[in-house]
Amino acid sequence: MSATFLIARRELGTYLRSMTGYVIAAILLLVDGLLFNIFAIGGDDKLSAQVLAQFFFYSSGLTMIASVFLSMRLVAEEHQTGTLVLLTSSPVLDIEIIVGKFLSGLTFLAMVLALTIFMPLLVLVNGKIAPGHLVAGYLGLLLLGSAAMAMGTLGSALAKTQVLAAIISGCFVTAMVLAWMLVKVTERPFNDVFASLAIHGKHFTPFQEGTIHLRDVVYYLVVTLVALFASVRVMEARRWR
Amino acid sequence: MIQVKGLSKYYGEYAAIRDLTFDINKGEVIGFLGLNGAGKSTTLKILGCVLLPTAGVVSVDGIDIAKNPHDVRRRIGFLPDSPPLYNDMSVGRYLAFVARLRGVPASAVEGRVREAEDKTNLRDVHDELISSLSHGYRQRVGVAQALVHNPKLLILDEPTSGLDPKQIVEMRATIRALRGDHTILLSSHILSEISQTCDRLLIIQGGEIVDQGSEEDLASRIGRGAGVTIEVDVSGGPDSALTLLGRVPGVVRASLLHQQNGVSSLLVESTADLRAQVARELVMGGIDLIRIDRAAGRLENIFLKLTQDKDLPQ
Repeated sequence: MSATFLIARRELGTYLRSMTGYVIAAILLLVDGLLFNIFAIGGDDKLSAQVLAQFFFYSSGLTMIASVFLSMRLVAEEHQTGTLVLLTSSPVLDIEIIVGKFLSGLTFLAMVLALTIFMPLLVLVNGKIAPGHLVAGYLGLLLLGSAAMAMGTLGSALAKTQVLAAIISGCFVTAMVLAWMLVKVTERPFNDVFASLAIHGKHFTPFQEGTIHLRDVVYYLVVTLVALFASVRVMEARRWR
Repeated sequence: MIQVKGLSKYYGEYAAIRDLTFDINKGEVIGFLGLNGAGKSTTLKILGCVLLPTAGVVSVDGIDIAKNPHDVRRRIGFLPDSPPLYNDMSVGRYLAFVARLRGVPASAVEGRVREAEDKTNLRDVHDELISSLSHGYRQRVGVAQALVHNPKLLILDEPTSGLDPKQIVEMRATIRALRGDHTILLSSHILSEISQTCDRLLIIQGGEIVDQGSEEDLASRIGRGAGVTIEVDVSGGPDSALTLLGRVPGVVRASLLHQQNGVSSLLVESTADLRAQVARELVMGGIDLIRIDRAAGRLENIFLKLTQDKDLPQ
């Protein structure tokens, strides 16, 4: 087993053994359920596809928030407790440490997202849903979560405490979300740039409506890779300090 | 085993260590002695491939740590000043994880974990959660993680830090039991620990090596001689004991420290550890010998002399 999967497995075990992971999962499921009942199912009559799109819309916000809180401990906790030296003094590359930790967070997030499946399935009681819409929506949530988790990993690598990590990661993700709002108050070519950079809006809307564009998949993968690359550089820089 | 040449580490303008040069031979147990902030931990972190040096060359087993840190890390077991333990894991699972991380094949992990637990007396807490262990056990798990992959070089930063006297004795015995199988570099500011465990000392002060050698070498070089403090119960004063001590070959000087309740405490300075000869001479001379022990002050004297000399204005 490679060091990456060894680290990922240990980290995943930590999520499953600690209260923090369950608390974050419980809050996400509770709030998502409330939003689904109040806004997606409630209100005026809607088509099943509209209900599903609204479910993915609300879930996307919660996915980003959950990613920030799930990722805050990845490196910062090890820094805080002094266990990071165990990894940095072992024959393991910094990239293996970062990717292993990122994968554990993403796997836990995917497990929590899988638990939300009962909500879209409730739509089947009074309507119909296209399996493709379901697949596209969850793929979008996973890719969005991946990008947010990678930014969270970067924040965690930069910070010495988990609280600071959550603040830094929150700033990164908020800035990437707010880029979409700047589209409305700027003119071309800047609004195009902001639209392309924004983590939500242009890139997530197609997923929530059941469409998969390669362009959007590539965008989320690029954001993930850039953030992970930066995290590795931060780890390398630590060896000089 | 380790060659260090011109090693320096700067944090901004501040030099944590400056131009360190020393060699460590295979199988040696080396004590890295210095006050807090002298640069011990920084040096050990560089040797453990955790930090990169600002200047200088370090090679372990002929491998340059800057060029090939990965290969060096396979040969090293590192215990930092605070043991890097995952509280949510059991001792056995933690050691198995570390073994796999350090490249031990899956088929050999169980054996290596058992071996490390045996060497550090951890078998009885194999299934215990690390969070439930006492400080002494935690420190032992720290040593076990450093040697679970059977490294050639063990780097132990303050291995007895925070332990109670019983735990210190146990840890010292553990380290002694490891000699022979591993080259050991351990740091401490507890002189008796270094004195009882190490073959050779590296004394660091203000980021520089101020002297190195065995305790005997340092004692003879610094000229304070070996000290053996004897306490004798003499009814007629210390004179007869002092006269007898003056006849023992190797005794440089014998003097009265103090007298209390009919007991005279004498300080004997000699070129080597002459406890056996001194005891024999006194008993044969009819002196009632109450206590004879190696002076705790010898290494302290060496250390204070070296560090005071370093601190003197140039």
